Amino acid sequence: MRVVIAEDLFLLRDGLTRLLEASGMKVTAAVENGEQLLAAVAADRPDIAVVDVRLPPSFTDEGLRAALAARQAHPGLPVLVLSQFVEQLYARELLAGSTGGIGYLLKDRVLDGAQFIDAVQRVAQGGTAMDPEVITRLLTHNSSAGPVSTLSPRERQVLALMAEGRSNAAIAQQLVITERAVAKHTASIFVRLDLQPSDDDNRRVLAVLAYLNNS
Amino acid sequence: MTAGVIGRVGRRVGRACVEGVRAWYVVTLAVTGLVSLLAGPLLLAAAVFGPDESRPFAPGGPLILAVPMGPVALWALCWATGGGGRAVGAALFAPGALAVMATHLYGGAPPAGRVGALWLAPSLVVLALFGTRWIAAESRRVVGQWSGRPLPVPYRRPVDAAGPWQRLRSGGWLTDPATWRDLAWALLTGFAVLLTAAVVLLTPVALEVFGRNGPFFPLFIVYGMGFYVAPLAALWAAPPVLRMHEKAARALLGPSRQTELARQVSHLARTRADTIDAGAAELRRIERDLHDGAQARLVALGMLLTVAEQVKHDPDALGPLLAEARTSSVKALSELRDLVRGIHPPVLADRGLADAVEATALDLPLPVTFTGGLPGRAPAPVESAAYFAVSELLANVVKHAGASHVWIEIGHSGGLLRISITDDGRGGADPSRGTGLSGTERRLAAFDGVLAISSPSGGPTIVNLEIPCALSSPKTSSSSGTG
Repeated sequence: MRVVIAEDLFLLRDGLTRLLEASGMKVTAAVENGEQLLAAVAADRPDIAVVDVRLPPSFTDEGLRAALAARQAHPGLPVLVLSQFVEQLYARELLAGSTGGIGYLLKDRVLDGAQFIDAVQRVAQGGTAMDPEVITRLLTHNSSAGPVSTLSPRERQVLALMAEGRSNAAIAQQLVITERAVAKHTASIFVRLDLQPSDDDNRRVLAVLAYLNNS
Repeated sequence: MTAGVIGRVGRRVGRACVEGVRAWYVVTLAVTGLVSLLAGPLLLAAAVFGPDESRPFAPGGPLILAVPMGPVALWALCWATGGGGRAVGAALFAPGALAVMATHLYGGAPPAGRVGALWLAPSLVVLALFGTRWIAAESRRVVGQWSGRPLPVPYRRPVDAAGPWQRLRSGGWLTDPATWRDLAWALLTGFAVLLTAAVVLLTPVALEVFGRNGPFFPLFIVYGMGFYVAPLAALWAAPPVLRMHEKAARALLGPSRQTELARQVSHLARTRADTIDAGAAELRRIERDLHDGAQARLVALGMLLTVAEQVKHDPDALGPLLAEARTSSVKALSELRDLVRGIHPPVLADRGLADAVEATALDLPLPVTFTGGLPGRAPAPVESAAYFAVSELLANVVKHAGASHVWIEIGHSGGLLRISITDDGRGGADPSRGTGLSGTERRLAAFDGVLAISSPSGGPTIVNLEIPCALSSPKTSSSSGTG
């Protein structure tokens, strides 16, 4: 798998490169600002771009804008955005009009190597990886009223993991229940939230995120 | 349609009449004030220069009877224009008016004999000074009421917690410059009315003197025609006269530039002290949070690594230690993240106030409708103050209001940044009780911002926040920047 990294801090850039290469990916370019990212994406046609939100010269949301620009120039390019902070506002912008291949994670998640690699692979295959913190906040925002408040605690756990972008198998493994039980829960959640059931993991995630975002 | 026209005409006439009555009130106030101010000196002059013997009773025409009617008319008009109990103040002018009339009736001789008049004059002067103060207060009240923009009272505040002697020494209202400005106001308006009246009344006399067939004859015709339309002319002249009156009142009766500056200085000193206090408290909080949070975690991390170094040849012991070290570093990161959010939220730095407020609204556990936006960025300190004020207000809504929906509107117009937060909760928010609201108010005051709260019991609560500031033009897009 071919990866382009955009990160302004040398230590982190180097660390990310090593981490990804250690798990058998090929880092074709590791750049330090948005313009270089756009150039690298155009030249290398990577399978995924890993981008930091804060990049020079403005050190604000330069990386986010570069990531969105890259996706506009190359539709379907998977992008994983990393940040010291997660904001629902940014998650919403990344997901707007999205067809998958989007990830938005806290930089802390890099510390858990296996999970991070899993997220990179998921996004590269057109899936979704949302940071648990974003999901927690989305759920809090929806907790006091509406259909989400009628879900059982177990169903809320499943919903949270589903929104992060996990497949049924991964959810079953995480909660130590059978895949059939997960399927039952998801079916019930979809009925409660009045969503179209779907077998496609990614479409399912997007439906859930869209639901949480719009209410 | 005819009814509409009649209604419109009726309203116009009604408004004109109201303005006429107001102008009449202002004129009466001025004349009566002048008469009572002149009473003391007049009596004094009569006592010194007047003839010994009063002449036989000789009313000098019907005009003199209007003088004692002044206070009565003033009382009636004051009562009619909504003065209520304040109308009693008109009684202050009665002695002066009576003294003026008496002097005239006695043909210039002192009414109570020379000695009596000498005793009477000073008390009339003091009474007239009280009267001017009353006139000033009444003028301020009516100007404020008629224009809808209150006229601030400029008097020095009495020294707190001082006995009568200290208060006298520090200068009562006699040494207050505002009192003398009141006096100037009474004299100015009085003489202005007197001059106008003199021009109107003496014109026929002047024409008689200069000859009917002289060059002033056309003027005489105009004057004669004017007399017929005088009532209408008075109505026509009332609005501009009232406007002039308001302008003059604001200049003379409002706080002088010096008082205004003194008020601003004390306001600035207070808000500066508040700002410094708030800044120091904030620094202490950050220091404590760092000390108890991230710093402690890093110390623990260092100790764990030391232990790990000691057992580096024992893989069974090393594994759990390293796992613990990782957990510790994750926790330190998350604590630092929370701390930074409290100092300056990243989204505020990235996107500005409107988006930061929207991001905060998204994190609330209840539905929020967000409208409006800003065409540019406010100065960073203003952004920060407004953001934390809004966060505090929203936290209050979540904690106390029991609301099911919140509406946030943000905008910038007329040099003011405006944010309005409405909730459908139980209401009853009172800034004088909660420390949170008054703290927010104080923090905004450092930027001359204001917080207006309308929160009837039972809701809804509407909080309006206004800060004067200019917006910078929106940031240029990233593509135009050079790396």
